[in-house]
Amino acid sequence: MSLSPDEVRHVAGLARLALTDEEVAELAPQLSSILDYAEQVGEVAAEDVPASTHPFPLANVLRPDEPRPSLSREDVLAGAPEVEQDRFAVPRIVAEEG
Amino acid sequence: MSATSTAALLEGETGAWELVVGLEVHVELQTATKMWCGCSTDFGGPANTNVCPVCTGQPGALPVANEQAVADAALLGLALGCDIAEVCRFHRKNYFYPDLAKNYQISQYDVPLCHDGRLDLDVTTDEGEQVTRRVGIERLHMEEDTGKSLHVGESGRLHGAEKSLIDYNRCGIPLLEIVSDPDIRDPETAQAYLRELQAIVRTLGVSDARMEEGSIRCDANVSVRRPGEELGTRCEIKNLNSVRSLGRAVRYEARRQIDVLEAGGEIVMETRHWDEGRGVTETLRRKESVTDYRYFPDPDLVEIHSSRAWVEQLRARLPELPAASRARLQQAGLSAEQAATIVAGGLLALHDEAVAAGAEPVAVANWCTGEVTGQLSSAALTPAEAGLTGAHVAELVALIDDGTLSTKLAKDVLAGVIEERGAVPPAEVAEQRGLQQVSDEGELQGIVDEVVAANPETVEAIRGGNDKAIGALVGQVMKATRGQADPKKTNELLRAAIEA
Repeated sequence: MSLSPDEVRHVAGLARLALTDEEVAELAPQLSSILDYAEQVGEVAAEDVPASTHPFPLANVLRPDEPRPSLSREDVLAGAPEVEQDRFAVPRIVAEEG
Repeated sequence: MSATSTAALLEGETGAWELVVGLEVHVELQTATKMWCGCSTDFGGPANTNVCPVCTGQPGALPVANEQAVADAALLGLALGCDIAEVCRFHRKNYFYPDLAKNYQISQYDVPLCHDGRLDLDVTTDEGEQVTRRVGIERLHMEEDTGKSLHVGESGRLHGAEKSLIDYNRCGIPLLEIVSDPDIRDPETAQAYLRELQAIVRTLGVSDARMEEGSIRCDANVSVRRPGEELGTRCEIKNLNSVRSLGRAVRYEARRQIDVLEAGGEIVMETRHWDEGRGVTETLRRKESVTDYRYFPDPDLVEIHSSRAWVEQLRARLPELPAASRARLQQAGLSAEQAATIVAGGLLALHDEAVAAGAEPVAVANWCTGEVTGQLSSAALTPAEAGLTGAHVAELVALIDDGTLSTKLAKDVLAGVIEERGAVPPAEVAEQRGLQQVSDEGELQGIVDEVVAANPETVEAIRGGNDKAIGALVGQVMKATRGQADPKKTNELLRAAIEA
């Protein structure tokens, strides 16, 4: 399966990556080969094999509704690029999705 | 799935149009902890204190579903007549927005927990006719709430803000999304749907469903079409902060779309923002196509399998739902309006307790929908917060019936009970504050005689046929007894004294 340069740009755009034309040319065959690898699954998947998302036969892994300690605010904010009023300060949000 | 009665069409310049509305309602559950981690869901605490590696999506942190949230979701699904999926799973909805630190929201995509339900609504049409409309529920799924953003800069609003400040306390709180079928044909039904959903959610106790606090939120998908034609292009309306704004926004948007189409224009699929102050909707953003979210099953979470036994256990826990409560109250003699006020106002338990304590249902209802609602709402208290019980209401009604209290005095006694947060019952409040009605004839007679003696002109006027003038004398007796005179007895004694 081969990805077109436009498809690579679209995927990069969704991931907020700015690629040069050279990078697009370099990444297109790499991404294609990853898809080819994953597509091998199609060779063994048949109508009678249900789609699965886990290798383990696990279901209903649940947790009782009991509070546990959270992190200290210092720890929470330690990785913030900028802090203001005990909050993560980020560049102004442009309307996208809420 | 269709309305049992056809809704009125909207008239345009070029003929009739039909409004089509579907609603997406988000309900924040009031579990103790978040959807995927043990962080507390406490509201209004200091910023970024209920936050952990899971709800901020740190590498290696693993989410585990909250058992209570899953049960609450299924319970609401059952109350809405949904089927519960035997197997469902969680997906990642990928998008970049700083109020969600993971860069994806865990949601449900192809198989939601609940599907194919319905809500029957009693709606009063413009012509005052009572009709029942059925709105289908396409799905109810589980997801997580996002953090809260504070926009700082010149205007304080998103538009024109310089930066945004994020508090992740709300991020990860269990959220349900309930998607209706596009069965709604008029603004009144849209409003009735939202109100009924709110009442059901509160009855189940899974959320306080307060629109003003955002624990229930509603977006409306609105389109118009010529009657009988295919569905038109829809716009999604956001920022609906009250049931009233929902009605106003739907009405405005329908008219806007009709105007665009009749002028030869086209409706663009987009998200529009309702501006409450100006009463208009405005373009917020063009809609991203569904595939751009790149939904895929979350590999960190396993499937939820709902056994028949578990579903039946939940079903057995369903309380009487608002529609059934209203029907029961109406059977007891209450008006439809009173029944609706009691159920929607969270007064059902109070009413039922008072009736169980022996009071007559209609008298209790009059108190609950009148004075009790008024005093509680001006004090911004729930009956429980005010310490008010059904026994108190029953006692008040009994004290009026036996003549101890006039209606006016009973209102003062109720205020006293609420002031004392229910610690002092009505009869005691009346005694302590000297609020009992004066109906002792000897005591009243003395006051009546004084009033008659002090107002010879008024007495003459009454004797001369001006019967209305007696009101002035009653007023004086009331004044002398600080409002505690039994009005009926006062009248009798005054007439006797005047005729003498």
